[in-house]
Amino acid sequence: MLRNGLPLAPVLLPFGQRVSIDNSATDMPCLLVPPADLVDLCTQLRDDVSLRFDFLSDICGVDLHPKTPRFMLVYHLFSLPHKWRLRIKCHLTDPPIVPTVTQVWTTANWHEREAYDLYGITFDGHPDPRRIYMWEGYEGYPMRRDFPLRGYKDDYNPMGAERPAKEGGR
Amino acid sequence: MPIDFLPVFLMVAVVVVLSVFILTLSRLIRPNNPYPEKNRPYECGVDHVGEASAGLFKVQYFVIAILFVVFDVETMFLFPWAVVLQDMGMFGYIEMLVFIVLLLVGFAYAWIKGALEWVS
Amino acid sequence: MGILSNRFQDNVFFTSSDAIINWSRKSSLWPQTFGIACCAIEMISAGCARYDLDRFGVVFRPSPRQSDVMIVAGTVTRKMAPIVRRLYDQMAEPRYVIAMGTCAISGGVYNTYAVVQGVDHVIPVDIHVAGCPPRPEALLHGFVQLQEKITGTKVLRRQDSADAAVGTI
Repeated sequence: MLRNGLPLAPVLLPFGQRVSIDNSATDMPCLLVPPADLVDLCTQLRDDVSLRFDFLSDICGVDLHPKTPRFMLVYHLFSLPHKWRLRIKCHLTDPPIVPTVTQVWTTANWHEREAYDLYGITFDGHPDPRRIYMWEGYEGYPMRRDFPLRGYKDDYNPMGAERPAKEGGR
Repeated sequence: MPIDFLPVFLMVAVVVVLSVFILTLSRLIRPNNPYPEKNRPYECGVDHVGEASAGLFKVQYFVIAILFVVFDVETMFLFPWAVVLQDMGMFGYIEMLVFIVLLLVGFAYAWIKGALEWVS
Repeated sequence: MGILSNRFQDNVFFTSSDAIINWSRKSSLWPQTFGIACCAIEMISAGCARYDLDRFGVVFRPSPRQSDVMIVAGTVTRKMAPIVRRLYDQMAEPRYVIAMGTCAISGGVYNTYAVVQGVDHVIPVDIHVAGCPPRPEALLHGFVQLQEKITGTKVLRRQDSADAAVGTI
């Protein structure tokens, strides 16, 4: 099926019912894929001659807290030869574990570190799984919905919320 | 004869006394408060990695410095020679030419061997 | 801290000496270029042609070892806080701090988990220049106020307890 001119049918055929088209947004075509098929689909999208999605623009994490599945990863792809855009959404349960796409696009290294740092999404096989914004040893995942906006109380943050279970600290 | 140098000695004395006075006055007035965090080497606020002396220095700096010393001493010899050249005449000229040619051989050797190349 | 600091009476000789010392210190305040965020743009334009800072003797130095005043211009995040502290420690006395912009004064609009709510949780601040960002004239006014603060400092003369909180000499 062609969607906005994208010849996606040959790539989606091997995946059958597991990969579906998501019509919730109209700015670019969007695919919904389970975590197990993510790396295969991404490799196909990058290597297919008629598609050539060789540029990963962004990996966003999303926390949909009261809803299940709780987490979602959104990949934005761009094809430099054809100038097409594509979005891939991947729903993750709590605790979120997903294979890494670093071997497909090297830029995913830092995007996945950001998703780990801020949402706690673990990436299997990531070559450098450490925090990128917050410092080493920081407890908590700030962008989750149940993390207080002001952070937890410590000596730099006297107006933060009280830490629920254990003592706060820098 | 030594009395002719009195202005020079006077100037040296004035310079020494003035410097000592300024440095002593500064030392008495300025705050002096060293503590370990202040004495750490400056690395834009982060922990420094390794010592500077263990770093990678371009050896060309050393080579250029050595060559500079040698040719600077040669230049230093040229100055008094130039003052008395008129009294020495052709003999003095040939003598200095021999000296310069000997050093030119060394210069040519350094040039051919690539000691003057900045990029190794 | 110095050998002769803070030990003499208030008479005409030491008051004049202090006046000369303070005049020389306030007329050549060399700041560290420590622009962290948007306030750095206003600090740069305060140093450029129209709102010239050079006429106050203010010459931006890249290293804390050569600077007298640290202008904390921008949001201090919790990851940056130990670096700010270490750079402050590496400045030589007499040293001053100007907190420029509301983020450096109190965290600004960012009352969040990653922002230090005011750089005075990390280093002692002498002058606060409010604004988001403060206009270059406001930064100039901050420098003039810092100069007024330095003018009243007792260097050679004995400090009484009321003066003890003024500056770190």
